[in-house]
Amino acid sequence: MADMLTVRVNGVVMCVPPGFTVLAALDRAGTRTCRTSVTGEPRGALCGMGICQECRVTIDGRSHERSCMTLCQDGMEIVTGD
Amino acid sequence: MIEADVAVVGGGPAGIAAATVAAESGARVVLLDEGATLGGQIWRRDVLAAPKGSAAAWLDRLAASGAEVLSGWSVFDAEPRRLVGFRGIVRFHQVVIATGARERFLPFPGWTLPGVTGLGGLQAMVKSGCDVSDRRIVVGGSGPLAIAVAASLAERGAHVALVAEQASWVQIRPFLFAILREPRKFMQGLDYALALHPGVVRFGTWVVGAEGRDRVEAVRVTDGRRTWRERCDLLAVGYGLVPQTELAALLGCRVEEAVWVDREQRTTASGVFAAGEPTGIGGVECALIEGQIAGLAAVGREVDHLETERFRGLRFKDVLKTAFELRNELRHVPRPETIVCRCEDVRLVDLEPFVDRRTAKLVTRCGMGPCQGRVCGDSLEFLKKWGPNEVRPPLMPTSVGDLAR
Ligand SMILES: Cc1cc2nc3c(=O)[nH]c(=O)nc-3n(C[C@H](O)[C@H](O)[C@H](O)COP(=O)(O)OP(=O)(O)OC[C@H]3O[C@@H](n4cnc5c(N)ncnc54)[C@H](O)[C@@H]3O)c2cc1C
Ligand code: FES
Repeated sequence: MADMLTVRVNGVVMCVPPGFTVLAALDRAGTRTCRTSVTGEPRGALCGMGICQECRVTIDGRSHERSCMTLCQDGMEIVTGD
Repeated sequence: MIEADVAVVGGGPAGIAAATVAAESGARVVLLDEGATLGGQIWRRDVLAAPKGSAAAWLDRLAASGAEVLSGWSVFDAEPRRLVGFRGIVRFHQVVIATGARERFLPFPGWTLPGVTGLGGLQAMVKSGCDVSDRRIVVGGSGPLAIAVAASLAERGAHVALVAEQASWVQIRPFLFAILREPRKFMQGLDYALALHPGVVRFGTWVVGAEGRDRVEAVRVTDGRRTWRERCDLLAVGYGLVPQTELAALLGCRVEEAVWVDREQRTTASGVFAAGEPTGIGGVECALIEGQIAGLAAVGREVDHLETERFRGLRFKDVLKTAFELRNELRHVPRPETIVCRCEDVRLVDLEPFVDRRTAKLVTRCGMGPCQGRVCGDSLEFLKKWGPNEVRPPLMPTSVGDLAR
């Protein structure tokens, strides 16, 4: 597909179609863990609709962005585990 | 600043219908929605399928109506005649609250493992690009959404190993009778049933725990007599829907579980209407009727011709409420060490000394995290019968910059 977007998930280059959320890019990369909880547990997306805040990741240096509510953009740098 | 005769908050079926009919009558209408794309939950934009049927028809009609649509626009505060969002301020004469519903989550051991998701939650993730093909999935919880989501996962190539509906077969009979009277809902139900392998759906069965190292690998379920283990790659569990009434509450509307409305979808606050799930869980057809009524009433038009359908919707809401009532056993599923508040990692045992939400919050930070108690608040309402969360602005985490605007 000509109009694929390129993003990086924890440094690894991924191609996703437009309209995919950052969460879907993580899914493609095989990453289920988005963030680390206050007691150090791995956490992944729960509600899928912007409520629970469990899917937060760092996008282009901005921390605590909800991956389920953010659409991928070409060149995005996504970092998990914060 | 944006000025409007009618502002509609929420771009699901209810809000789309309200904005469309109000704009068609010539009013200046603005439709605000938090999502990156319009549609709300059921009509959420699907990366693999174009909108069809009534979704496509309504989206076309909205586009032709002249209503201004602002996506990615979260409203986090409201006062009479004024909405405040991350992207600015909207002044309005009338407002329609169509903020939909969220899922109710109930804690169980292991529910914080990655790969444990909501029911509608997983559905939303799939529509936005997550891949479930060849994944082994267990679906649990309660309500019509469980079967609908299971069927749609199966259609996308998932292996749905089990659908555990907590309500018993006997309990949901009134719901089945109600469906029989509605041809459209009946045909849809039939479609869902055909998409699933026979015997996959079990009534009177509920999840008691999830297992796995750093992601879910298996789930334990029980029917009260026998407890067994199912291997799974994903576990999707949701215990029904909760009306999102916070914005209506900020505007001074009377809220008792749901926003109180009259036959014109008028709330108790002047100039404020509500439609769809905030006024009680009823599904898409109900949301469309109520949205149209609210939109018409907000511009002073007649709504009598929609009265019968509205009434049918109300009856369906009542049936839904009792047919999927949550069983008491679910209150005993979380263990003392099970996390209840996922933002602050507060465990059930930490809440033991407290009799109400306020003190528990002050001492343990339960409900103080970025989800603002949406997740634990709804579960504690059921688990401990604690009263609802206090509603205070901002309705969602904001930065200082947003507040300064
Ligand atoms: C996660 C989830 C998935 C679901 N999936 C299905 C499904 O696949 N099939 C089905 O039949 N039913 C589904 N439902 C049930 C669904 O609630 C109804 O079928 C229907 O979508 C209700 O329409 P509505 O217009 O009342 O609300 P919704 O469709 O929920 O629309 C509400 C809209 O309001 C917006 N909103 C909320 N608060 C704010 C705010 N403060 N500022 C700005 N915008 C805001 C939301 O972003 C959303 O777009 C789902 C429910 C949930 C919670
Ligand atoms: S998954 Fe809940 S906010 Fe994104």
